Amino acid sequence: MKIEAKLMIILTGFFTAVAVSYWFVSYEHAGTTMLAFSGVFALVPGAYYWWWSRRMHPRPEDREDASLSDGAGTLGVFATDTIWPFVLAAGSTLIAVAFVFGVWLAIPGIGLCLLALVGVTAESRHRGTG
Amino acid sequence: MIGAVAVLLSSCRLPYLGMYRGATTQGHDTFKLWTGSLLAAMLVGIVVLSLVLWAIFRFRKRSEELPRQFRYNIPVEIIYTAVPVIIVCLLFYFTVNTENEVDAVKADPGVALKVTAFQWGWRFQYTGTGVTVVDTAVDWPNSYPAAVLPVDESIGITLVSADVVHGFYLRRIDFSRYAQPGVVNRFDLNFRHEGTYHGQCTDFCGLYHSEMLFKFKVVSQSAFASWLAAQEHSHEHLQSIANKRYAVGRRSLVGTTTGSSK
Amino acid sequence: MTLLVEQPTVPASTPPVHEQGPSGLVRWLTSTDHKVIGTSYMVTSLVMFVIGGIMALLMRTQLLSPSGGVLSLHQYNEMFTMHGSIMLLLFAGPFASGFLGNYFVPLQIGAPDMAFPRLNALSYWLYLGGSMVMLSGFLVAGGAADFGWVAYAPLSNATNSPGAGPDLWIVALILTGFSTVFTAVNIITTVFYLRAPGMTMFRLPIFTWNMVVTALLSLIAFPVLTAALVMLYCDRHFGTHIFEVKGGGVPVLWQHLFWFFGHPEVYILALPFFGVVTEIIPVFSKKPLFGYIGMVFATIAIAALSTGVWAHHMFTTGVVLLPFFSFMSYLIAVPTGIKFFNWIGSMWGGSISFKTPMLYCIGFLVTFLIGGLSGVLLASPPVDFAVHDTYFVIAHFHMVIMALVMAGIGGIYYWYPKMTGRLMRESIGKVSFFIFLVGAWTTFIPQFVLGLRGMPRREAIYSPTMGWTFLNRLSTIGAYLIAVSVLLLVINLWISWRYPIPSGHNPWDGHTLEWWTSSPPPPHNFTSLPRIRSQRPTWDANHADLVAAGIITTGVLGPSGIVGHGNGKHAGINGATGSANRQPSSASGGGSSGLFTDSTSSMKSQFSPSSGEGGDTDLTGQKGGPFPESSIDAPFDDGSSQSGRAPE
Repeated sequence: MKIEAKLMIILTGFFTAVAVSYWFVSYEHAGTTMLAFSGVFALVPGAYYWWWSRRMHPRPEDREDASLSDGAGTLGVFATDTIWPFVLAAGSTLIAVAFVFGVWLAIPGIGLCLLALVGVTAESRHRGTG
Repeated sequence: MIGAVAVLLSSCRLPYLGMYRGATTQGHDTFKLWTGSLLAAMLVGIVVLSLVLWAIFRFRKRSEELPRQFRYNIPVEIIYTAVPVIIVCLLFYFTVNTENEVDAVKADPGVALKVTAFQWGWRFQYTGTGVTVVDTAVDWPNSYPAAVLPVDESIGITLVSADVVHGFYLRRIDFSRYAQPGVVNRFDLNFRHEGTYHGQCTDFCGLYHSEMLFKFKVVSQSAFASWLAAQEHSHEHLQSIANKRYAVGRRSLVGTTTGSSK
Repeated sequence: MTLLVEQPTVPASTPPVHEQGPSGLVRWLTSTDHKVIGTSYMVTSLVMFVIGGIMALLMRTQLLSPSGGVLSLHQYNEMFTMHGSIMLLLFAGPFASGFLGNYFVPLQIGAPDMAFPRLNALSYWLYLGGSMVMLSGFLVAGGAADFGWVAYAPLSNATNSPGAGPDLWIVALILTGFSTVFTAVNIITTVFYLRAPGMTMFRLPIFTWNMVVTALLSLIAFPVLTAALVMLYCDRHFGTHIFEVKGGGVPVLWQHLFWFFGHPEVYILALPFFGVVTEIIPVFSKKPLFGYIGMVFATIAIAALSTGVWAHHMFTTGVVLLPFFSFMSYLIAVPTGIKFFNWIGSMWGGSISFKTPMLYCIGFLVTFLIGGLSGVLLASPPVDFAVHDTYFVIAHFHMVIMALVMAGIGGIYYWYPKMTGRLMRESIGKVSFFIFLVGAWTTFIPQFVLGLRGMPRREAIYSPTMGWTFLNRLSTIGAYLIAVSVLLLVINLWISWRYPIPSGHNPWDGHTLEWWTSSPPPPHNFTSLPRIRSQRPTWDANHADLVAAGIITTGVLGPSGIVGHGNGKHAGINGATGSANRQPSSASGGGSSGLFTDSTSSMKSQFSPSSGEGGDTDLTGQKGGPFPESSIDAPFDDGSSQSGRAPE
């Protein structure tokens, strides 16, 4: 995980350095804010990866000499064939269009979104852990 | 070395590489920077293009033999990292110099002109004289905003906008600046030659953006002085404002299929 | 609880039995398979490309004559606004991240799917919804948005741009913005967490690296755009004065916000296509990539620097710090140059075959050279003062974009066999390439001159006395040539599908993992994987004999000939292919009920050494891949190996 952590930390350092130097040469608020927050947001995953990378054994994909059998076992749970993303997107689109054509469109939109949230939760529960 | 190149460039007549030579002293500085930059870019482009074309020609597939499978060459990589850095620093140095020349403003210019851009015309106010020229070109050639200005004189322009963002631009001066609400922009123009210079709005500002034309008539200093005196003493020369949002009486220039104006 | 069935190695030619899923429209609506979603992105984005292209043709036809005559002023303004928005936000980004990223990142890292399949599907449907919302602007009274794709305040406020069209534009971009952000999260998580064993970060294909960096940039840039759009909407409808002077607002703030998004956006578009080119050139030069580490750091540098240059789009405002942005903009030329030289280095000394993907990459190189150098010229504020908002800028970014499109088309020709198992027609491909190259240059080189001669952009009509007419006409001819080439591409896609020429799993002798698996890949992508010891595992596995003979795939050409990096730990196992099967098996129960199949397939990787000896060294009888052509069945003769394989 170390390389991922370093990538994010390098970006954090870069954004912080640029934000600081930009502020002191320009005193411009908008750009400094955006650069500074970019640095903060890079720090969040970077700190997480770095913290974990110091406490975990290298995973098979971190080791250059890993053999494929090192990766044996359950990889993860990958959802298949579900209608709910479509429903959620349809609901979101209706909500978005409600901002243009009238709040009433948000009613079916929110309805579809709620339906999707309920549906995806129920679907997850019923599928078991495989 | 840099100084020698600069002296050389400024003394000879530079080739015309697309950009106008600059009707103002500021624009002429830009032209010189452009010429040098373009030559540098062409040089880099020719070198790199030659490498690409040579590689394509020389290393095209001729047999099934597997070529050398090399992955890196540290000295070459260092060179093609360092050389662009040097080129870029040089370009930046010349850029800053030119930029300082172009943006320099005098505290008391010879003529103080306040330019107000509006949808879709221009107002030119000769500060301190009470003379104003206001017009729109949307129904050109029946009307055309035109300001008279002196040659070889520093013209201090204060640029503002009455509504949206517009772009102040005359093509032969190699210069433009935005007119923005809430911002006052100040720059100087020193025209080197007399003549009529056509300008137009370059930042998209709405329906008649294409027709937001104007011109500067640059005349001798004495001709300018007499023109200005005539304006102050004779109100018939004060152009009436055509500050209408939607111009009327446009000729078919705007397109035969157009029906309505918004 | 986990039903881990310890199976013997399944003969690799038989993919595991997958339970019957839905078919047809229902399958499309419910699929979470990254390949289906990726293909949906490809088709939708190409449709948007054609729509945006038709708008371009309309504009160019209008500009044949100074007085126009094809479109009204208002229609022309709608055209350039929607053309820009569609091409950048509804075609190029989705094509790069949604199609190429979604489809090929999991394949290149040896993963069965993306990390969040449902989120992936949501991204696509949000993109489709947003696209339809934006296009619906043409159907409302007042028409679509017509304030330019940059929507500068105060032109975009309710007074100057009333109506539903601009509002639809705003909400559409908010929807597609979320789509992009979700895709970015998905890509980063997938690459950080689902790589195959041995696939370290510095063995990733550069395309995957570029997608990771692109995704990081998306996460930085798109939220800023969304925020700006929300603020604009509030100004338009909720009585705020964020961008209006009279309420104490600052119109220039819109430009800062928009371009803080807008400049990284162009690199979000560019980096994936750089990645495509970086995949194709080594394969068709029969060499590994030159300067891998430099490529990685150059990509990161480009992305990082791109967040610090936004105000070079605002040089003429008079309110930004010119030297800072000028210097940062010049700096970006350095890592871009590094990439360029690495591409040349990958061709250098190689054995280049000029199939259509490679031709398009060469087109990319020469076109991007011009587009990129013109960008360096623009990094100088005084020069920018002279050409800002003229056709010079249009020519600059379109040359870059044409290069990216060529790379994208090359990518289509490169990866179409992998997606479909069929080759595209080389004849049509080559002809279409030459027409595209000629068309792109004919369209945009004259526009450099037009800009220098003072023709502003976003002009529906122009004065006939300015001397611009001939160049405009030349440019329009080029535009129609581009259209012909795109038509040939579409024809080729159809003919190659309808009258297939089988491609096999690896028609190009590709280097990266996607060429290991079948064409098209089976569900969950891989039934087996090669051992991963370098940046080109498939090539290593397919050329184990060469590796065994001492031709090392790593290292530099030293004075004494080929030098390898010995590492005793790995001596004697060059080119070995692990007999590992990443075997998916769905452990879901039955009971699928119509529309809502309940199958959650949990991917298990079952790595069973072939003859029970364990480890990777035994190859006896074990095919290296599912396909006989890539057999590495000879037992490895370890006595004569001179040098070990270096871990990379």
